[in-house]
Amino acid sequence: MKTKRPKLDLKNGRVELTYGGGGRAMSQLIDELFRPAFSNTLLDELADYAGFPGGKRMVMATDGHVISPLFFPGGDIGCLSVHGTVNDVAMSGAKPLYLSASFILEEGFPLGDLHRIVTSMAEAAKAAGVSIVTGDTKVVERGKGDGVFITTTGIGVVEHDTPLGAGEIRSGDKIIVSGTIGDHGVAVMSKREGLSFGTDIQSDTAALHELTALAIETAPGLRVMRDPTRGGVAATLNELAEASGLGVRLDEASLPIRPEVNGACELLGLDPLNVANEGKLIAICSAEDADKLLATMRAHPLGKNAAMIGEMADDPHHFVQMTTSLGGNRIVDWLSGEQLPRIC
Amino acid sequence: MKYIEDFRNARHAKAFAEKIRQVADTGRNYRLMEFCGGHTHAIARYGLEDLLPDNVRMIHGPGCPVCVLPMGRIDNAIALAQDHDVILCTYADMMRVPGSHRTSLIKARSEGADVRMVYSPQDVLKIAEDTPDKQVVFFAIGFETTTPPTALLVNEIRARGLTNLSIFCNHVLTPSAMRGILAGDVQIDGFVGPSHVSTIIGAEPYEEFAGPDGRPVVIAGFEPLDVLQAIMMLIEKINRNETGVDVQYTRAVKPKGNERAIALMEEVFELRDTFEWRGLGFLEKSALKLKEAYADLDAEKRFNVPAISASDNPACECPSILRGQKHPVDCKLFGTICTPDNPMGSCMVSSEGACAAHWTYGRFREPKKAIA
Ligand code: SF4
Repeated sequence: MKTKRPKLDLKNGRVELTYGGGGRAMSQLIDELFRPAFSNTLLDELADYAGFPGGKRMVMATDGHVISPLFFPGGDIGCLSVHGTVNDVAMSGAKPLYLSASFILEEGFPLGDLHRIVTSMAEAAKAAGVSIVTGDTKVVERGKGDGVFITTTGIGVVEHDTPLGAGEIRSGDKIIVSGTIGDHGVAVMSKREGLSFGTDIQSDTAALHELTALAIETAPGLRVMRDPTRGGVAATLNELAEASGLGVRLDEASLPIRPEVNGACELLGLDPLNVANEGKLIAICSAEDADKLLATMRAHPLGKNAAMIGEMADDPHHFVQMTTSLGGNRIVDWLSGEQLPRIC
Repeated sequence: MKYIEDFRNARHAKAFAEKIRQVADTGRNYRLMEFCGGHTHAIARYGLEDLLPDNVRMIHGPGCPVCVLPMGRIDNAIALAQDHDVILCTYADMMRVPGSHRTSLIKARSEGADVRMVYSPQDVLKIAEDTPDKQVVFFAIGFETTTPPTALLVNEIRARGLTNLSIFCNHVLTPSAMRGILAGDVQIDGFVGPSHVSTIIGAEPYEEFAGPDGRPVVIAGFEPLDVLQAIMMLIEKINRNETGVDVQYTRAVKPKGNERAIALMEEVFELRDTFEWRGLGFLEKSALKLKEAYADLDAEKRFNVPAISASDNPACECPSILRGQKHPVDCKLFGTICTPDNPMGSCMVSSEGACAAHWTYGRFREPKKAIA
């Protein structure tokens, strides 16, 4: 069933918050504005990264960070801005090497906080083995920004020959997630005004380059890796279903979700599958290599809660479908335009 | 969270499903309406329809207060924010709902209107106290569950002597809507009754459906196992040709409800003669307004809010869907021009409406035939 959503009103329309929500409204903005304007073969593949030729195969990715609050349980905008881009590069199977960082600061922002943020960035970069090699800073008037916005761009190099991409996915391939779902989004939301509820969930923000390297090493049948950030696991799997021309079948009982995250989502009326992660990856892999890959991931500290959550199936509708914990079935859809707080 | 898990146990679900299969008479069909959006959500979210036999069909009710609010009232709220320069406060669900000109409060905000999302009336009080030079309006919506907090807010406004805060009241009554659904040609054999609403109003208000033209009601909790058990009880009641009210959700619902909350509502609000429901039309004595003694706090009076009648797309089948005569897929607009991102009728507005639930959770499934 094709949806005829009205086109964006590029003459009189205005930017709405839903355009950043990771749902259909955002992909519409990309499809109708950015993609036609910037179109080129690398961009048109529409992954979160672009690979381009040059000596070895290089990969480049960029990510803007506008999270509120700037400091949250388990991290801050500084380390997040490193992890986000390192992960986008790493998902391509590349080894992340260099980052640029561009800051938009609001007049009056405390330098002490900026120092904390920059230190956290530096530590995260060091731990991930990347150098921040160029940058830029702009300041906007008080009231025109929200403290700090950080955009980072990363470059990496591909040192292996496993072809990765949604086009490699086959029916029957297994879907693995590297750990518990929804921790980041819930950790951030728990600190927002008006939403405070007692929980000590920590954001999972982390650099996943070691995990991706291990996956490539152990599983020749690896097809694709993605980090399910905004829009959560649901958005990533829907994108992969559409891009591969297949459907997804999930088993709810196998989803790794912390009870506290489940409880918080219950209170907030959210589905953990729609909630953002910043230190998790989804790997799709041939059925033969899936057990090996799962075992390898579980042996790494960042993958110790990894789980096999479903498989790819032939499906002309490209539905992401799930057998629920009670034995019924349902669709796992994109989040439809709902306004969520800024979480990345 | 042990508590939640207890209500979602797969083995118990199978046992209930098995019992439902045993009690359902294969010689007849059962058309059951779950009135509340929360139940629709539980049914869709857990795929409960797959656990029911083919001759038991769930009909999704009017969903939630957001779904049934007519577009004219949303136009009113948008106009309050845009033309009267007030700070308009409302619950998050209300922000995206389109009014009649494809605009919404969230759009109005991006165009410069001061619209604030609040989590409780307490937030509204704070906003009003922090901005004494601005008029603040609370866009109050909801069934009987959100009405007592609004009544408390009204008392607080009086107690603190605030002159810059008023209420745009859109509170509506559940039993009246059930009465409205049952008027005319309906194909509903029984109701799975509301859970939260019933914790406030109790079980007795549904007794009016106990007469010869009535339908049986079983008040159910929101957990999926609650819903399955209520369906089983309802089928047994129908088999016995019984009307009247039973309570599955005994852990929270008392016959007379929460008497303090009811007294509070009665102190502040009175019945409107009639009120428009999106998808159901005008229903007599189905909504509340502030009593004369609080007329000065009524935003409709303070800002001369006009009555606007705005109708849905004529192709929208919500009125028939809500009466059990049609299924969402019978609507030509379903999934083509009407989707949760771009709702054309009440049943698509919130995730708890019949069309939205089928689109979001169930569209892989062939709908059970509209049972004659
Ligand atoms: S699909 Fe949309 S237009 Fe059709 S009945 Fe449902 S809400 Fe109305």
